[in-house]
Amino acid sequence: MIQHLVLYPILIQVFLAVVLLFCWRRVHLQKVISVVGSFLSLGIAIWLFINTWNQGTLTIQAGNWEAPFGISFVSDTFAATLVLLTAISGLAVSVFSVGTILPARLKFGYLPIFHFLLLGLNGAFLTGDIFNLYVWFEVIIISSFVLITLGGEKAQLEGALKYFTLNIFASMIFLTAVAVLYGLTGSLNMADLSIKVAAIENRGLVEVTAILFLIGFGIKSALFPLYFWLPASYHTPPPAVSAIFGGLLTKVGVYALIRVFTLIFVGDVFLENVILTIAGLTLISGAIGALVQNNIVKIFSYLIICHIGYVILGLGLASELAIAGAIFYLIHDIIVKTNLFMISGLIYRIKGTFSIRDLGGLYAKYPLLSLLMVIPFFSLVGIPPLSGFWPKLALITESFKVDNYWLIAAVLFATFITFYLIAKIWSEVFWKEGKILPKLHNFRYFEKLKLEKKIQIVGPIVFLALVSLYIGFCAENIQQLALRVAKELLNNQHYIQAVLGNQL
Amino acid sequence: MEFILAILIGIFYAAGLYMMLRRSLVKLIIGLILLGNGANLLIFLLGRITKGLPPIISGESPVFLGAYADPIPQALILTAIVISFGLQSFAIVLVKRAYTVVKTDDLDQMNSTDQFS
Repeated sequence: MIQHLVLYPILIQVFLAVVLLFCWRRVHLQKVISVVGSFLSLGIAIWLFINTWNQGTLTIQAGNWEAPFGISFVSDTFAATLVLLTAISGLAVSVFSVGTILPARLKFGYLPIFHFLLLGLNGAFLTGDIFNLYVWFEVIIISSFVLITLGGEKAQLEGALKYFTLNIFASMIFLTAVAVLYGLTGSLNMADLSIKVAAIENRGLVEVTAILFLIGFGIKSALFPLYFWLPASYHTPPPAVSAIFGGLLTKVGVYALIRVFTLIFVGDVFLENVILTIAGLTLISGAIGALVQNNIVKIFSYLIICHIGYVILGLGLASELAIAGAIFYLIHDIIVKTNLFMISGLIYRIKGTFSIRDLGGLYAKYPLLSLLMVIPFFSLVGIPPLSGFWPKLALITESFKVDNYWLIAAVLFATFITFYLIAKIWSEVFWKEGKILPKLHNFRYFEKLKLEKKIQIVGPIVFLALVSLYIGFCAENIQQLALRVAKELLNNQHYIQAVLGNQL
Repeated sequence: MEFILAILIGIFYAAGLYMMLRRSLVKLIIGLILLGNGANLLIFLLGRITKGLPPIISGESPVFLGAYADPIPQALILTAIVISFGLQSFAIVLVKRAYTVVKTDDLDQMNSTDQFS
């Protein structure tokens, strides 16, 4: 029972998705199952997290084939944390979807596909096998293709084409990298690869493989020269879909980068410099891109790119405190980004537009809701003591230690631009006197919705805002968690021992 | 054999990338298919090609003696083929829908999502 715990977050999502498929077109029943199931999966994620925290890394070998021959599933603190965050965001977005997604979309299987997406995410976090990781990535992208195209509007299809092409291309590069790695080592188990790659004498070939992984995952996580698909597509689907994409999909690429570059390709000075350079450029270019946009969802899309830079920066610095900062930032970012896109959905429900030129007067009309929206906005900038502040402190301190001043400049620049953008959004959307917009036909404005719907829209935002507040005010707990993750990542003997057992 | 395969894989990758850079949507899909096939062949080649040596342990010895054909690359390729088959069928339907809605198959004209609003 307990030794199968690692698989439960995956199994619950398969179960939910299949049950939902059997309730095809019975939309009301689907909504109930999805929300109840999301609560259950949050419970399981918490259970897994507590067990991992108390007992150390949990592993299970699929089909009892001993590692490195079979597929291993590993739940170390890092994976368990991300599964927990997926469950939190998944619950919020599930409720938000129930409130905002149109019945026509729900009838065509929105909720089952949403749970397949969460299945892929949990699988990707928990697997200990590099080819299995590829398979989970494919589960993720094929579900996301359906979610991004469902509805079939013109903008959606155009955005989907770019999203689709670049993601498949990234998968091909990832597959190529796996092929080369298999050719070099004859193994696919990540713990085994860690030992075997370290023993390869031809370091040039290893570096090339590492760069292939960097490009493959870099496209998925929207790093500096590879991010153009993201702002072209993330604003096209409904806000609930953008929320799960913005919160979790790019982060799974970042997770894979951190995993691969702390476990398999370790301690290469050239690679660390490449990653640091990319991180700095991602921070700067994402921030500049966000400056010129007028659509709030597009601003948030560019901010995703910008803030990925912080996490990658921590990875590149590769000291314990820096990686802890990166992990802390990742935790904060998943919650806040999911919330931001849901907030953009709420603003759209209230006003019927995303353009900051037309928006305005929200504070006068909804002072309490505006106050709620301030929490994620300020957390995003990192105004102390809210959640974004603590990891940046760690990252800047570590950059000072290696005397890399242009990185500090990049971090401060990105933070400053984020601050400027939030101030701009605040003054344009909330303080500026609202224009009288033409009433849209067949559009259900927020004020006309039933109380039940209002709770379904505002409830998830309150929930994630509370989680953000917890991360900010109980930063000590999160920092402790992040430090433990960083220790485990840097000392990869721990992971190898847990997977391969006493064969060493 | 390895030499010919290596060149073939190179051609697949090059042709795939070239087709992806064209403006037509159909060529984009052909490019993706070629790239996928190139990647599959690459896995096959890098799994070492051994002819006529099945991965079967003879009755007398408990372990493998000498060279044997590695079955893992073939399992990997099978998985990758199935996945890319699904993705390609989705891609074809997506392109068809995009063509009927946007009324062009020229990628340069599909830029409305990148414009300022």
